[in-house]
Amino acid sequence: MAQKVMLLIGTKKGLFLAESTPSRDDWNIRGPFCDAWPINHAAYDPATGAILAAGGNAWFGPAVWKSTDLGQTWTHSSEGLNYAEGVDPIVSAWLVKPAGDVIYAGVEPAGLFKSTDGGETWTHVEGLTNHPSRPYWQEGGIGLVLHTIEVDPRDGNHLYVGVSTGGVFESEDGGETWEPRNNGIEADFPMEFEGIANCAHHFELDRKNPDVLFQQSHQGMYLSRDRGATWERVESGLPSSFGFPAVAHPHRAGTYYIAPLNGDSVGRFMPDAAAAVYRTDDYGASWRPLRNGLPQEGAYFGILRQAMTSDALTPAGLYAGTSTGHLFASADEGESWSEVASYFPLISSVEAAVVEA
Amino acid sequence: MPRVILPDSLVRLFPGAERNLQIEADTVGATLSRLNDRWPGMWDRLIDGYPSIRKHIVIFVNGERANLDTGVVETDEVYVMPAMSGG
Repeated sequence: MAQKVMLLIGTKKGLFLAESTPSRDDWNIRGPFCDAWPINHAAYDPATGAILAAGGNAWFGPAVWKSTDLGQTWTHSSEGLNYAEGVDPIVSAWLVKPAGDVIYAGVEPAGLFKSTDGGETWTHVEGLTNHPSRPYWQEGGIGLVLHTIEVDPRDGNHLYVGVSTGGVFESEDGGETWEPRNNGIEADFPMEFEGIANCAHHFELDRKNPDVLFQQSHQGMYLSRDRGATWERVESGLPSSFGFPAVAHPHRAGTYYIAPLNGDSVGRFMPDAAAAVYRTDDYGASWRPLRNGLPQEGAYFGILRQAMTSDALTPAGLYAGTSTGHLFASADEGESWSEVASYFPLISSVEAAVVEA
Repeated sequence: MPRVILPDSLVRLFPGAERNLQIEADTVGATLSRLNDRWPGMWDRLIDGYPSIRKHIVIFVNGERANLDTGVVETDEVYVMPAMSGG
């Protein structure tokens, strides 16, 4: 059956879709969708064929938008996307994570919600909010956000979430109880609650070896080989330990992609204004830059935590959206890149899905 | 019945919703609740989890700023307006 690759591009001014044949060399762009609301993240749910888009509008609050016809028509809901009365209200939905029969959503202020009816209504996963460290979580530059959700492909009750700032938390009982998993992350700021001094920018499970996690933290690039129990630095060959995205190769253990910036306090753009994605094939023991086709001068942009991803084809496609609204694509696992679009609004997220043409 | 005037940016989110209509209710909160009955989800677009009128939404009754408890009577006009913000 014929396939197409669909990119879901969340921007400050709506969701866009880019579609191509599996050759991934000619993209057709549609949008903006979601009434041009800021969309922090969008995902394709392979279980239902729906596109879900998490966002928040300055006037009308948070919502998860939904399209069941690949973007032709949209609905929106935030039913149940609330904390208890009297608690600071939710500003925006930050990400959506379809996981079989469940869809998870992370929100600002940081919390986890889930839907069992395809995103129509939401329920607060209170176990995380009830963790005793919660009063000590601190706002990062974008607020206090739950921005990462990973689900063990072998066990849907085994979850990880990332909070800035509060770090990585793990649940082995479907979200009832949680434990911080930040041992080994070198804290360079104080936290009053032990074990949460980590601004975990983004992390992913190794897709072939899901006991392994790799994490781009504010404090460095880290790997865990023991389900997050301990972390070690893996920065050999990197120009900087600071960045936001972390992308696992869809088919190969130990291969990851990141996009280092020039540090946290000197502009947060590409080192020497020359763009590169870095790749490891040995669990972070060494890294090499991938630059072919990316701008090598004047690249005063960053790539946000949810704005780099891979597709599931072979060879894997890689996609990176920038803070300046450029979208770059590679159809050969990052070895060469081309510019898909140049004038999007700020790109918050990019996800890829392979769907029926 | 009190008359309610809604902003285009809100009505766009609810296919079939009307910008200018009459709603039988005795408070602003009840008015919004009736709107939500007709177009499910509209309450959440205007009211946050406290619950309060969202920070960048303003509601006037006959030109006076109102809250959820503000009373409305037969001849009142309830304007729902987005604040001028954004970028």
